[in-house]
Amino acid sequence: MLPFILRRLAQAVIVMLTVAFIAFMLFQYVGDPVTNLLGQDATPEQRTQLRADLGLDQPFPVQFAAFVGNAMRGEFGLSLRQGRKVSSLIVERFPATLELAFCAALLALIFGIPMGVYAALRRGNFLAQALMTFSLLGVSLPTFLIGILLILVFAVTFKVLPSFGRGETIAIGAWTTGLLTPDGWKHLILPSVTLCIFQLTLIMRLVRAEMLEVLRTDYIKFARARGLSDRSVYFGHALKNTLVPVITITGLQLGSLIAFAIITETVFQWPGMGLLFIQAVQFADIPVMAAYLCLIALIFVVINLAVDLLYFAVDPRLRIERAAVGH
Amino acid sequence: MRTCHPLSIAIAAAALGIGLPAGAKTFRWSSASDIPTWDIHSQNNALGNGVHAAVYESLFYYNKKFELEPVLATGYRQLSATQLRITLRQGVRFHDGAVFDADDAKFSLERAMAKTSNYGVYTQGIDHIVKVDDYTIDVFTKGPNPVLLRQMTELRMMDKDWAEKNKSAEPKDIKTKEENFAHRNANGTGPFMLKSWDQDVRLVLVRNPNWWGKLEGNVTEIVYTPIKSEATRIAALLSGEVDMVLDPSPADLARLRASSALKVVDGAENRTIFFGMDQFRDELPGSNVKGRNPLKDLRVRKALYQAIDIQTLNRVTMRGLSQPTGALISPQVNGWTRRADARWPYDVTAARRLLAEAGYPQGFEVDFACPNNRYINDEEICQSVAAMWAKIGVKAKLRTLPLVTYFPMIQRYEGSIYMLGWGVPTFDALYTLQSLVRSVGAQGDGNYNVGRYSNPQMDALVERIKAEVDQKTRNQLIEQALLLSHQDVSHIPLHNQVIPWAMKRNIDLYHRADNRIDMRAVKVN
Repeated sequence: MLPFILRRLAQAVIVMLTVAFIAFMLFQYVGDPVTNLLGQDATPEQRTQLRADLGLDQPFPVQFAAFVGNAMRGEFGLSLRQGRKVSSLIVERFPATLELAFCAALLALIFGIPMGVYAALRRGNFLAQALMTFSLLGVSLPTFLIGILLILVFAVTFKVLPSFGRGETIAIGAWTTGLLTPDGWKHLILPSVTLCIFQLTLIMRLVRAEMLEVLRTDYIKFARARGLSDRSVYFGHALKNTLVPVITITGLQLGSLIAFAIITETVFQWPGMGLLFIQAVQFADIPVMAAYLCLIALIFVVINLAVDLLYFAVDPRLRIERAAVGH
Repeated sequence: MRTCHPLSIAIAAAALGIGLPAGAKTFRWSSASDIPTWDIHSQNNALGNGVHAAVYESLFYYNKKFELEPVLATGYRQLSATQLRITLRQGVRFHDGAVFDADDAKFSLERAMAKTSNYGVYTQGIDHIVKVDDYTIDVFTKGPNPVLLRQMTELRMMDKDWAEKNKSAEPKDIKTKEENFAHRNANGTGPFMLKSWDQDVRLVLVRNPNWWGKLEGNVTEIVYTPIKSEATRIAALLSGEVDMVLDPSPADLARLRASSALKVVDGAENRTIFFGMDQFRDELPGSNVKGRNPLKDLRVRKALYQAIDIQTLNRVTMRGLSQPTGALISPQVNGWTRRADARWPYDVTAARRLLAEAGYPQGFEVDFACPNNRYINDEEICQSVAAMWAKIGVKAKLRTLPLVTYFPMIQRYEGSIYMLGWGVPTFDALYTLQSLVRSVGAQGDGNYNVGRYSNPQMDALVERIKAEVDQKTRNQLIEQALLLSHQDVSHIPLHNQVIPWAMKRNIDLYHRADNRIDMRAVKVN
């Protein structure tokens, strides 16, 4: 067990360094924050001076080494655009993204699993067909379009839900939450629906496929032969076995929900990390971009590690095979 | 200076509506991005300056008719060519209750002159400030400065004690690792007070019940929410979540104008869009002409100019949202004349002939760079113009870039033909002439002359405009400079931007050429 974890951790470090390196390389091309900082009236001397002061004139390896050194200590410097510590900006924005991602994941599970089960059991009937068609739409429609359509319908036409922002939030220590106010809930609905559609359809299709697979296996036949009720066969035996890959996928997808919330956050002006990142890109605010990319990489690495470990614990075959190879 | 009532009481009073006319009126508006800082002497940002003006006041400012008007000053007298005496308004208090006096004025002007300030363009020419008595200061300039009062409209007043107490005596420095108190807090003398600012999320101002002036508008609270996505911003206006959008996209305008609940107010911005041309290099990178630079030839520049069908550009590409111009400044800017505004006529035959005379009967290839997220329809304009130039055989190889990479690129003089838009915060032509047509030099001379146009006659004119104090003579010099730029085709002017503001019908405000809302005059009916 321990060597496995250590090996995984070593891999994680390599992944992190690679991400940092690629991210940093990209920054050479996103442009120069100096113009944004100094405005149109600055003289060339002022620009050169500022570039030197910010260390932007240093050769690439020096800049990168300094960046990694600081990043190890959790120090990403000051945002060029906002003049505040990047770490505190991220801490401020993280709750918004996390709440949005969790709500979306929850919605996807709550609706995706029953819909998938239904589509598998009532294969061929009208509603099941309709669900499958809908899922195709959900997979293929781009997120920003879904968001804008929802805004058009619910905010502009019916004026029942707000079109942007997080609404009223309550601060609990450093954590701001919109989950404790009715206004916050109202603001959460459209973005989380937008964000969940892709995941929802993915889970639904996955559950359906797995369920069909499982229903063909022998032990289901035996269960029926024993005279168990449909309910017990479907939900007690079949669904339980279906859920193992679903849980894995959901875990992994949580990472992408957090990372790909960028689009949803931009459409709904949701004050999360994704929006922070987009604004940073437009300003060439390198410290914020770097911190964001590293954080997202870290989230993925941690989730992957956790999933691997879970697999190890859950699936006995993995341990047996490894043992067999070892000897 | 003496603190009388604490800030909290004033804000609480305002928040509760004590001492205010009945009925709280909230004005909610939006545009794409947030202001960069609350530090009034740190980053010279157009949106920021506009928002700051509601909270912090300057000694002089523009009124509705765009005339200079004393605000925290009451008058001035030119004691000599380099000494301006300004008398300050008495009985003005900062939001925390401290009294505004000469110490604060001197401190604020000096703070804007500090190294870490980006307001150098507004303090240039100022040598030092002397306090005469509690309500009088003398501003000494390095030489005669005809635009000093205009410069002062962007230099706002901060309380000396407040700044020093909060370790903000120097403007926010983008280079240090420290956060500056004045970056996120504000204490001005203006009609509105900063209640809260959650950067990129929400900015709330409340009415200052103790303001010295008389408010023309009726707004008690101003809520600003930046909304980045264009579609969402308009949706928020249509759904009534915001009252006003400063920057609706041109594509949405027809729909907004047709709506019965909304209105669109158009106004000319004092920003001129033009093309610049590299007139320095001996050979243009990316061109098929080797060994010489075609853009150095006046006939070629004029041919490019005359090949542009400005009326079609205005009608089709800009959907009417532009004022075609032949000058580098807009009519709101001091020094503009109708004569200087005349364009070289659109004439494809003449353009072809000029090209042939210059030795390019078949045209040539040239690099053509444009931003794609800075000006209204910037990319579309360049595409249309590239097509027009193709008609005279000039193959403009268009590359469009986002502003963060575009501006550093042209500042490295890497654009052969490039687009630029120039706004004039001082409302005086010197600002444009000095930056765009004066040869590249020190002290801001030619700092955006990135085609490196250079004409000694023009330099001499600009130097004279800098120092001439007689308004009439000076304006004649400006006209001469503009006409010279026209004759030389130093640039190819296109149009002045027209900026539409979209708002609900019950909002009453006036459009300003600097694209700012004068919060003093906003009415919510």
